[in-house]
Amino acid sequence: MKGFKYITAGILFGLIMAKSEAISWYRIQEMFRFQSFHMYGIIFTAVILGAIAVYLIKKFRVRDTQGNVITFKAKNRTLSRYMIGGTIFGLGWALTGACPGPMFVNVGFGYWTMLIVIFGSLIGTYFYGVIIDKLPH
Amino acid sequence: MLNLLKQPWPWYTSGTAIAFIMVLLLFYGKSFGFSSNLRTLCTLAGAGKKVKFFDFDWRTQKWNLLFLMGAVLGGIIASTVLKSEQPLQLSEATIKDLQTLGINFDGQLNPAQLFGFDFITSPKGFLILLLGGILVGFGARYAGGCTSGHAISGLSNMQIPSLLAVIGFFIGGLVMTHFLLPIIF
Repeated sequence: MKGFKYITAGILFGLIMAKSEAISWYRIQEMFRFQSFHMYGIIFTAVILGAIAVYLIKKFRVRDTQGNVITFKAKNRTLSRYMIGGTIFGLGWALTGACPGPMFVNVGFGYWTMLIVIFGSLIGTYFYGVIIDKLPH
Repeated sequence: MLNLLKQPWPWYTSGTAIAFIMVLLLFYGKSFGFSSNLRTLCTLAGAGKKVKFFDFDWRTQKWNLLFLMGAVLGGIIASTVLKSEQPLQLSEATIKDLQTLGINFDGQLNPAQLFGFDFITSPKGFLILLLGGILVGFGARYAGGCTSGHAISGLSNMQIPSLLAVIGFFIGGLVMTHFLLPIIF
């Protein structure tokens, strides 16, 4: 099955998020109160190793499994969408303790009530699509 | 070995594994970003018929939906075969702070007071979780990505817009934590 590798990668992601407690509402509160290094450690380790990997991929023009050179899309250099959108995201992140990935991992973990948060996030996404032209980007 | 895996995993194994997943997806010719699944799910629900933003070929995102399914399975495995018997080691200062909000630390991943049946069946509880979700979904799409797309993929690629988005994540998070939560609870 062709999609098996993506399911496997997802399983690994879910396992890590749950086992390192990154899906925990408590841990997110701890992070926003600067009372533990735990979440910062996760993010910093991932970003530093990720940056080294991206640097090496670009430098050696590494190819993906289909034989194409791996390229990176530069993001649009605007200000408002990142600042405003990011801030709105942060408000919800601290309230529910969940970003989009961990919401689903939490459901797997047995926190069924997270389905309400997921439902809300779908409404939010839909709402964005509806008013996209009226927003500064 | 199983006992070692059952323990809570330290931050450095987690950070390393996240970087590994990002690179793995790059090798597969994809890019790590979870919140685009929310857009795809809207399209699957038929939103493309009414709104242009959702009118795209969802099959190009099938891999990401499989990744999402895997993430749910990962959660199931973590709560069954690899379930930790230890309570979460939350910092004392956070436990105290949450107490002043009226939220008692119960040693689980999420407080039953917020995600338990009693709370979510109250109008206030239901609205809090729904509104929180709306903010996350709207904000992620407006910012063009969430923690995986911006904080991990974007920062690893030294993208200034991603740095701005992450700063935004923190501004919103700090405002909610320090100013709004005491009002809400």
